[in-house]
Amino acid sequence: MNEYEIVIGIEVHAELSTRTKIFCACGVAFGAPQNSLCCPVCMGLPGARPVLNRRAVELGVRAGLATNCRISPISSFDRKNYFYPDLPKAYQITQFREPLCRDGFLDIEVEGERRRIGITEIHLEEDAGKLIHGANGETRIDFNRCGVPLIEIVSAPDLRSAEEAVAFLKKLRSILRFAGVSECRMNEGALRADVNLSVRRRGEETLGTRTEMKNLNSFTYAAYAIEAEAKRQIEALEAGEKILQETRRFDETNRTTHSLRSKENAHDYRYLPEPDLPPILLSEDEIQTIRESLPPLPDQRREAYIREWGLSDYDAALLSSERERAEFFEEAARGTPFRKILANLLLGEAARLGGGEDFMCPISPKNLAELANLWGEERINSNTAKKLLGELWNTDESPEAVARARGWERSNDRELLREVVRNNLKENPHAVADYQRGKKAAAKDLIGKTMAASGGRANPKILQELVLELLENETIQND
Amino acid sequence: MTKKLIQQDIVSQAEALRKREISSEELVKTYLIELWEKNNEIGAFLSVSEESALAEARASDRRRAEGKSLGILDGIPFAAKDNLCAKNLPTTCGSRMLEGYFPPYDATAIEKLTAAGSILLGKTNLDEFGMGSSTECSAFHPTRNPYDLARTAGGSSGGSAAAVAASMAAYALGSDTGGSVRQPAAFCGLFGMKPTYGRVSRYGLVAFGSSLEQVGVLSRSLSDNAVVLSAISGYDPRDATTVRRDVPDFLSQIEKGIAGLRIGVLPEDALGELSGAVSDALARTVAECERLGARIVPASLPSLSLAAEAYYLISSAEASAELARFDGVRYGRRAEGASDIEELYKKSRSEGLGREVKRRLLLGTFALSEGYYDAYYGRARTLAARLGEEMRELLRACDLLLLPTTPSVAHPLGDKHRIDDPTVSYREDRLTVLANLTGLPALSFPVGRDENGLPIGLQLMADAFCEELLYRGAHVLANTNQKEAEE
Repeated sequence: MNEYEIVIGIEVHAELSTRTKIFCACGVAFGAPQNSLCCPVCMGLPGARPVLNRRAVELGVRAGLATNCRISPISSFDRKNYFYPDLPKAYQITQFREPLCRDGFLDIEVEGERRRIGITEIHLEEDAGKLIHGANGETRIDFNRCGVPLIEIVSAPDLRSAEEAVAFLKKLRSILRFAGVSECRMNEGALRADVNLSVRRRGEETLGTRTEMKNLNSFTYAAYAIEAEAKRQIEALEAGEKILQETRRFDETNRTTHSLRSKENAHDYRYLPEPDLPPILLSEDEIQTIRESLPPLPDQRREAYIREWGLSDYDAALLSSERERAEFFEEAARGTPFRKILANLLLGEAARLGGGEDFMCPISPKNLAELANLWGEERINSNTAKKLLGELWNTDESPEAVARARGWERSNDRELLREVVRNNLKENPHAVADYQRGKKAAAKDLIGKTMAASGGRANPKILQELVLELLENETIQND
Repeated sequence: MTKKLIQQDIVSQAEALRKREISSEELVKTYLIELWEKNNEIGAFLSVSEESALAEARASDRRRAEGKSLGILDGIPFAAKDNLCAKNLPTTCGSRMLEGYFPPYDATAIEKLTAAGSILLGKTNLDEFGMGSSTECSAFHPTRNPYDLARTAGGSSGGSAAAVAASMAAYALGSDTGGSVRQPAAFCGLFGMKPTYGRVSRYGLVAFGSSLEQVGVLSRSLSDNAVVLSAISGYDPRDATTVRRDVPDFLSQIEKGIAGLRIGVLPEDALGELSGAVSDALARTVAECERLGARIVPASLPSLSLAAEAYYLISSAEASAELARFDGVRYGRRAEGASDIEELYKKSRSEGLGREVKRRLLLGTFALSEGYYDAYYGRARTLAARLGEEMRELLRACDLLLLPTTPSVAHPLGDKHRIDDPTVSYREDRLTVLANLTGLPALSFPVGRDENGLPIGLQLMADAFCEELLYRGAHVLANTNQKEAEE
C-alpha cells in the first residue's frame, strides 16, 4: 500500500451568503415551502433574462482574496449545456473560460506538518433545483434552490491523504466563514465537495487515471470515500486492471464506491459565451476596497494570539479556527488581561459544559471576562471558577455578584487577613514556638491550619506571605 | 370615416380621439371588425383579446374625459408578435410546443406600451420561434401578404406586418434577429425598425439569438415608428444587455433633410443578385439622395459576403442552447406515454418542434460540439467581429449606409425552390443580418411598388444609438403608398 501515492484534487461548491439569488431577485432561504422562492428567471420561463447580483461578485472576490488568489479584472459567463430536470434552462450559467479568481493557495496542518495546497481557480455559478424522489417512482422538483449563488473552488491536485483532504475542507470552511462569504452549513447542503482521486507508484511523475466522487456533504464521508476509493484503485492496479475515468457514488452503509452507469460519464457541455450577461469588470480600486473590508483570517489571528497574548500554539489554533468562537474570545479578551485563563476557561470547562468542541458559549463575553478576572486576581481559585461557571451557565448574571452572594469570593484584604493570621497563630503556640526555634517546616503546617480556619476564603498567596511575615517579624504574645 | 381613420397614422388617430371625433372604443371596434373581415384570409393574428381590448378602450375614454390622457398612444390599438409574452393571451411562438401556454408576466416592451394607454389587440403569427422568413414555418398556418394573397407577408414577423398593412392594428411589435422586422416591413410597404442592440429591453421576448436580436417596430408612417420606439426604449433592470442611455426625441432631426450628409453605397457585386425592381429602386433612391444634396460615398464591406453564413452559425448555436428549455417538464407540450425522463424529452421535443427549428437546433448543437467549436462557431464570431470593425470604419467615412432590405419583393407562398433548399432563404438574409451581427440600428422604409404592385423596401443603417439619423434619412427618401397615390 505504501508503494502508492494517492493524488487528490477537490472541487468545493459553497452557497454564497447573499440575500437574493444570483440572477434574479428571489430570496434565498433554506427550508422554505417548495417552489415558493421562484420567478420566471430562475424557473427558466420563456423570455426571462438573467441579471447579475453584484453582491455575489463581491463575495466571490472576498473568497479569492482570502485564499490568496489573483482577481481577474475581466471575467465572464458561459452556458454549460445539458438536460436534467433540475436544470430549467437546460444550461447552467457558469464561468468556464474566464473565471473570477485564479492561482491562490491555503495552508493546512496535519500532525504538525504544514503544507500549502494550491487553489487553481474560483468561479461563480448558479445552483440547480432539487429533485425529490417519491416512493411510488414519482419524482418532483423543487426550484427554490435553483439560481442560488455558488462559488466553485477548485484545488490543485496537491492533497495526498484523506486527513489532508479533511484538513483542507475544514480550513476552507473556516476561511469562508471568517470572510463572510458563506455560512457553509453542511447540514443545509451549503458546502459540497467533489473529490477527484487517482493513485500512482511513489516516485512517478505522471498522474494516474482519476475518478470523481460527487456531492460529498460531510467531512467524515469525504474521508471514508477517499479511503475506500484509494483502496479500490490500488487493488485494481495490483491485479493488473485499468482504472476507468468515471464518476462514482460513495455508499455510506457499505463504505464502498460504485460506478455511476449514467450518461454523466461522457459529457460534451458545448460551452458558449453567455450572451445575456455582459462581462464582469473590476477595477483595482474596487478590489482594494473589498480587500480592506476583509476581517483578519484564521492564520493571522492565530499568530496574533500567540504573539500578543502568549497563548499556546494549540489553544491559539483552536480558538482561531471558528469565526464565532474567535470573535467571542476576542471580545471577552478586551475585558480582561488574563487571556490565557480566558482561553483555559473557554476551551476547558466551558467546552465540557457545552458538550464538545463546537458549542456556543451561553454566557456573554463580558461575563466570561469578569470570571477570568476573578480567577486571575486570585479572588477565587480554579475549582471555584469552574463551579462558578456552572452556576452562571445560561444566565446573564455577573460572576462577581454571584461569587459574593455565595460567599465564594476570597478576601485580598491584608488588614483583615492579618488579624485572622494573628488569631490563628495565637491558637497554635507550639507550632509558632517550633518555627521560632528554627523548625522552618512548621510554617507549612501553620499555613494549612490558617487556610482551613479561614474556610478557604483567604487568598492563599497573601495568607502565606502574612503567616511568614508575622512569624518573622512579630513576637506572638501569649495572652 | 372611421374606416379611413384606421388606415391613417397614430398622430391622426390621436388627434381624432382628442377632439372627441371618435372614442377609443369605437376605434378599437372598427379595427376588430376589419380584423374579423380579413384575418381568415390573411392569417395575421393567432389570438385576439377583444373583451379586454374593449375594456381598456373604455378605460382610455374615461381617462380622456377626466383630462387624464396618458399621451399620444392612449387608446391606440396595437398587435404584438406571438413571441412576446403577454399575460392574458397565449404566447405560442408559432409552435405546437407552446400551444396554449400563458406566461405569468408581460414583456417589458408590452408593459411600457400598455402603461402609455396603448391597447393590445392580439398576438400575431410568426415562423416558429422566429426561425424563418415567410411564416411558412409557423406550426399553425402561413400569413398572406395583403398586397397579394398568394404571396408571403415575410417573416418571421409576417403576422405583425400583415396586421399593420391591412389596417387590422395601428402599429405592431416584432422581433428582429436576422431581419425579421425589416424584411416583412419591406414586403408589406411598411417602416420596420431594428434599434441598436441594447436600446430596447428583451425581457419577455422569447429568445432565439440573444446576442443578435431586438424588439422592433412596424408601422405605416415614419412618425408612428419613432413614437412607438420612444415608448418602448430605455434601460431595463431586468435585461442586463440594455444600456443606461437617455431616450432621445427620435424625430428631432427629421426636418433637417439630408443635404450635406455622406451616404455610403456598396458596390453591386457586394450586394449579390438583386431583382430588377429592387435594383432600380436602389438606383432611383441614390439619385434622389444626390438631388437632395447628399454626398454619395462608395463604401465597402469585404466580409459581407460571408455574413449570412456567420449569422446562421451564431444564431443556430445560440438557439440550440436557448430552446433546450422546451422539454415538456414545466410548461408547454408534454408527450404522453414516456417511460423515463429521456424518453419524455425526446418525444415532447420531437412532437412539439417543427422541421425548420429542428434543423437549426441540430446545426447549432453541431457547431458547438467538442472539436468543432473553433472551426464553426469560433470562426463565425471572428467574422462577426471583423464585420463590426469594417462597419465602424465605414461609418467614419459615411453618416448613413444605404442598401436594399431584401434582394427581391415578396415571393409566392409554397415556393418549391425555397422549400427544397433552405439555404436559398438563408442567403436572402445577407443584407439584413449585417445589422444584427454588428448590433447597429437599421430602418427599412418603403420606396414604391414593382410592376405587380408589390411593395419594395430599402434600408438605412447608422452608427450605434443614431436612430434619429435613420428617421431623418427615411423621412425624405421614403415613398409611402400615400405619396405614390398622390403622384
